[in-house]
Order: sequence, then structure tokens, then C-alpha cells
Amino acid sequence: MTWRAHVFTLCVGAGAIAYVFWLVRRQGLRSKYALLWISIAVLLAPLAIVPKSLSWISTQLGVYYPPTVLLLAAVALLFAVSVHFSWELSRLEHKVRTLAEELALLRLEQSKGSVDDGD
Amino acid sequence: MALEVSPVLVIIPAFNEEASLPATLRGLLEYVPVTQVLVVDDGSSDHTAAVAARSGVLVATLPFNLGIGGALRTGFRYAHQHGFAAAVQFDADGQHSASGIEALLAPLADGADMVIGSRFLAGSGEYHQSMARSRAMGALRRLVRRQTHLEFTDTSSGFRAVGPRALALFARQYPVEYLDSVEALMLAVQNGLHVVEVPASMQVRQAGVASNRRFKLAYHYLRLLVVMATSGPGAPL
Repeated sequence: MTWRAHVFTLCVGAGAIAYVFWLVRRQGLRSKYALLWISIAVLLAPLAIVPKSLSWISTQLGVYYPPTVLLLAAVALLFAVSVHFSWELSRLEHKVRTLAEELALLRLEQSKGSVDDGD
Repeated sequence: MALEVSPVLVIIPAFNEEASLPATLRGLLEYVPVTQVLVVDDGSSDHTAAVAARSGVLVATLPFNLGIGGALRTGFRYAHQHGFAAAVQFDADGQHSASGIEALLAPLADGADMVIGSRFLAGSGEYHQSMARSRAMGALRRLVRRQTHLEFTDTSSGFRAVGPRALALFARQYPVEYLDSVEALMLAVQNGLHVVEVPASMQVRQAGVASNRRFKLAYHYLRLLVVMATSGPGAPL
């Protein structure tokens, strides 16, 4: 890898971490998700600093083509994250629906109460 | 305020039904004056809630559209919280007839937990439908038979009465997506509830099945397969 590509990857990585920090501070991103993405960044950082380490890892795993290791790990991780998000969305939708129903019923009770007062 | 003794709640989910609701409510209030009626306005953008309120019935207004399943569960919740002995689900668009409610409620007294008004049971009168529609209904019938080992003639009928045990279940958990009626039927049987059918006459709503509706049906049929495969003891929610 040329030194330019090297610097470029490092900049992108640092930028991503800064972006995550900004999201937490300014946009209310939950710290648990920040931790998730920062952990990933920290795990990937050694690879960006010492690209040769990927070849070493793939040799240890018995994989001949080093980028495959990275791609496989990325796909597995993103798959896990998106399945987790589907689950969280399902839970959230269930909660929002329940709240909407409770709100409708509370409004109904309230209006019944005001009608009673009027009588 | 006079305390009314009204053990049966008629639940009407209504989404943009200001046009058909007055006639439906009039028919309902004429026929069964003792029953209490709850219109659940499912986030309508028209005057559904105001029209219903003018008829003097109870109106619960959802803050946004939840679909028929959410509107129904709101009604079941209300019935359950207020100690109603039974609830009837009734369409806002006039396809169900108020005169059928009595027959729908009768089996509840004999120990049924849920009663389905069937368009296809002997004595239910004429109900014409297109080939595509009847094929879809046949597929749903077989699906329910495979899951419940019971034979129902009209699995997607929305004209139903439920007793206290079914009310308690549906107040907690009612399917939210399209074909909720089929899913609710399977849910009831799976929870050990006793479900029966009675003949009911209905007005035909649409003549055919549009092609986009076919895709929708196919999609929800597959979704039901997933529901069936994953349902059982220990399922959450």
C-alpha cells in the first residue's frame, strides 16, 4: 500500500470516529450504539496502521486471499447488526402502537368525564 | 348519568368512513338499542370521529393510522378494561347487518369463546365472489386447517363476537397486519379457546381481486406461514 492510501484510510477512520462522537454529543445517539461503532473502529485500526497484519491473520486462518477475511468479517458483522436492528424496530413498533392505543382510550375517558361534568 | 347495563360492546374500526358511518350506526342503534357502540377512528383524515360522535356513540380517536388490527385491539382493550362480557366486531362500511348480531352472540352463552359469522355456511344466503377471491379464501381455509386441525368455512370474516376469555387475550395481543382475522382465529385456537361459526349474510364489497391485491395476498400468505412456523408455547408479546 502506498503511503497516500495509508494516510487516506487513517483519515477516513478518524473522521468516522469523530462523526460518531458528534452524533452522541449533538444528536442524541445512544451511547450503546456509539460504543458498538467505536469498538469496530478500534478493532479495525491496527489493520489500517499495519496492513501486513491482515496477511498474517489470513495465514493463521488458512485463507489464501487475505481480503476475503476482511469481507467475510464485515458481512458477518453487518448481518448481525441489521438483524439486531430489525428486532429493536419490532420492539419499538410494538411499544408505539400500545402507546397510541392507550392514548386513544385515555382521550375517550377524558371526554366522557367532561360530558359528565356538563350534565 | 344513568348507569346503563350493557354487557355487549360493538366495536367499529373506522378509517375515513364519514360517508358510510351514519347509515351503519343508524341501523345498529335501531336494531340493538341496549348495546354500547364504540367507534375506533383509526387516524382518519376526514370527519369520521365527529360524525360518529354526533350519533351519540363512544368514539376513541387514534393519533395516527394503526391499521384494522390496532383499531380492533383498542376496542378489545376498552371492552376488557370496562368489564364487558362480550364484544362484537362490526364493519363501518355496511357490509355486516345488525340483525345478525343476535345469532352471533347466542353461542357465547353455550360456552363458545369466539363466534365467526360465516358467509359460506349453509343458511348464510347468497354471497357471490370472483374466482380469484374464492381461490384465495380456499388457500386460507386450508392453511387454518393445517394449523388448527379444525374446519372453518370463512376464516377471513370480520363479523365476529368474542366472550370474556377471548377478550382478555385480544386486549393483550391482537395481530396487527393485513389478514389479521385469519391470524386471530389461529391465535384463539392455539390458546385453547373454543371457536364456532354461525351463518351470516353479508353485502359483497368488491367484485374482483386487483393484481396489486394479489401480490399483497401472496405476501401476507407467506407471512402467515412464518407466523405459523414460529407460533407456539413461549412466543413473546
